[in-house]
Amino acid sequence: MSFKDLELNMGPQHPSTHGVLRLKVKVDNEVIHSIEPVVGYLHRGMEKLWESLTYPQIMPLTDRLDYIAAVANNFGYALAVEKLAGIEVPKRAQYIRVILAELMRISSHLAWIGFQANDIGAVSVLLYGFEDREDFLDIFEAYAGGRLTINAMRIGGVPFDLDAALIARIRAALAGLPHRIREIETLLNENRIWKHRTQGVGFLSAAEAVDYGLTGPCLRAAGIPWDMRKDIPYSSYEDFEFDVPTTDRSDVYGRYLVRMQEIRQSARIVTQALDRLPEGEHIAKVPRVLKIPAGEVFHTTEAPKGELGFYIKSNGTDKPERMKMKSPSFINLQSLPLMCRGGIFSDIVGILGSLDIVLGEIDK
Amino acid sequence: MTDGPTDRPALDEALAALTARAGDAVLGTAFAKGELTVRLRPDAVIAAVAFLKAERGFTALNDMIGLDNGPAPAEGRKRFTVLYQLYNREARLRIRLAADVAEGEPLASIVGVHKAADWAEREIFDMFGVVFEGHPDLRRVYLDPEFEGHPLRKDFPLRGKA
Repeated sequence: MSFKDLELNMGPQHPSTHGVLRLKVKVDNEVIHSIEPVVGYLHRGMEKLWESLTYPQIMPLTDRLDYIAAVANNFGYALAVEKLAGIEVPKRAQYIRVILAELMRISSHLAWIGFQANDIGAVSVLLYGFEDREDFLDIFEAYAGGRLTINAMRIGGVPFDLDAALIARIRAALAGLPHRIREIETLLNENRIWKHRTQGVGFLSAAEAVDYGLTGPCLRAAGIPWDMRKDIPYSSYEDFEFDVPTTDRSDVYGRYLVRMQEIRQSARIVTQALDRLPEGEHIAKVPRVLKIPAGEVFHTTEAPKGELGFYIKSNGTDKPERMKMKSPSFINLQSLPLMCRGGIFSDIVGILGSLDIVLGEIDK
Repeated sequence: MTDGPTDRPALDEALAALTARAGDAVLGTAFAKGELTVRLRPDAVIAAVAFLKAERGFTALNDMIGLDNGPAPAEGRKRFTVLYQLYNREARLRIRLAADVAEGEPLASIVGVHKAADWAEREIFDMFGVVFEGHPDLRRVYLDPEFEGHPLRKDFPLRGKA
């Protein structure tokens, strides 16, 4: 019996699509012929809703976009509003924001390695990744009371100062991190099955990656060292020493290597920020009713998933006239069909996982 | 600061080159909050995007943004505006191109220049109903094909149906 030109549906309810994503796959026996992602199952009309809310009211909604890395969304939104309104953020607040955002990146990448290894079949790595991530979620809980949707920023700064107890806790979590990453790498780096499932799978050339608008760890795994924290630094990132890890592999394995290195670099940034945390206020004085004169800005940040942008157009009132989010997952997902060409059906799960998409952010 | 219209000499140069190339298709430029916006005649957008990519190093399309200026737009403006955020990573420059189109007036698709525009144009089509001519597969990206109306239009209600 032949399965030439068989059409299969993966999702919308599939355990490895990380949300509600449907893939229309055409296969020629086991070889992928074409693949088409269908999104929108979670679309909540966020951009329409934002037009009816005041600037501070929008902040907690941004948590619900990339809910694996909620602080990254708060960060991007706060910076865009501050640029538009011309609000100067105190140095201490800038550092605390960097600390929170980098802890979030570590937490997001740890969740990713857990999910990714589990999807490919290395179930035990899921337990390691999630146990390690727990430490960081506890830190967020101690800081702002939430674990996933934290609402950890305000326009003009951060809602709470960092106290000595929390700083000690962050340092303790970072001290244990190198050992924990090594544990995961010991399980995977030279694992024959892992290498077989990831090396040479999901290839995308550097030129194609730029043309398709790919950003974040996937772009850096194609050998292109673009990172907004270095390229157009914001919130005092220029004060910190860190590397932008890249590899020329541009396959699923390469994306794994880049993310593991990024965890180390984030830890480096947090350590420096804690060591040099400036004294001062943790939030600027912002009017209770924030009315922003007519204007428009587009500001992007380096979120764990890629380049996250916010475009805001103001009209002098306390609500945006239009606000658009540039979702890195949405743009990155476009290159899935390219990465899957010539592959076999069982590779799809690994390639999709390597993109690290979150449907909450795609279906904004 | 420089003597040019922006605060970066390299950005002034790119703007001068674009203006020289596009001629009277440039309807106006604005520089505010460190960001340059160049308003173009809709039929000149694709050539401008291709020129900036090939000759001025704007290799990345960051995003495309749709705007609804309301059912009764201001004097001299049209119903919709489409913005193109272009990025030159070598020189760390951003340019925003803007094109105004009336309801039903088509705009040339730039998918042939930047593949990243594929879903971005589908999203604007979905949310505003702006038609991109020459797009290989212009369908709604988020909403159901049966859905009626375009939710991000200003006359589409926040609650209930159009």
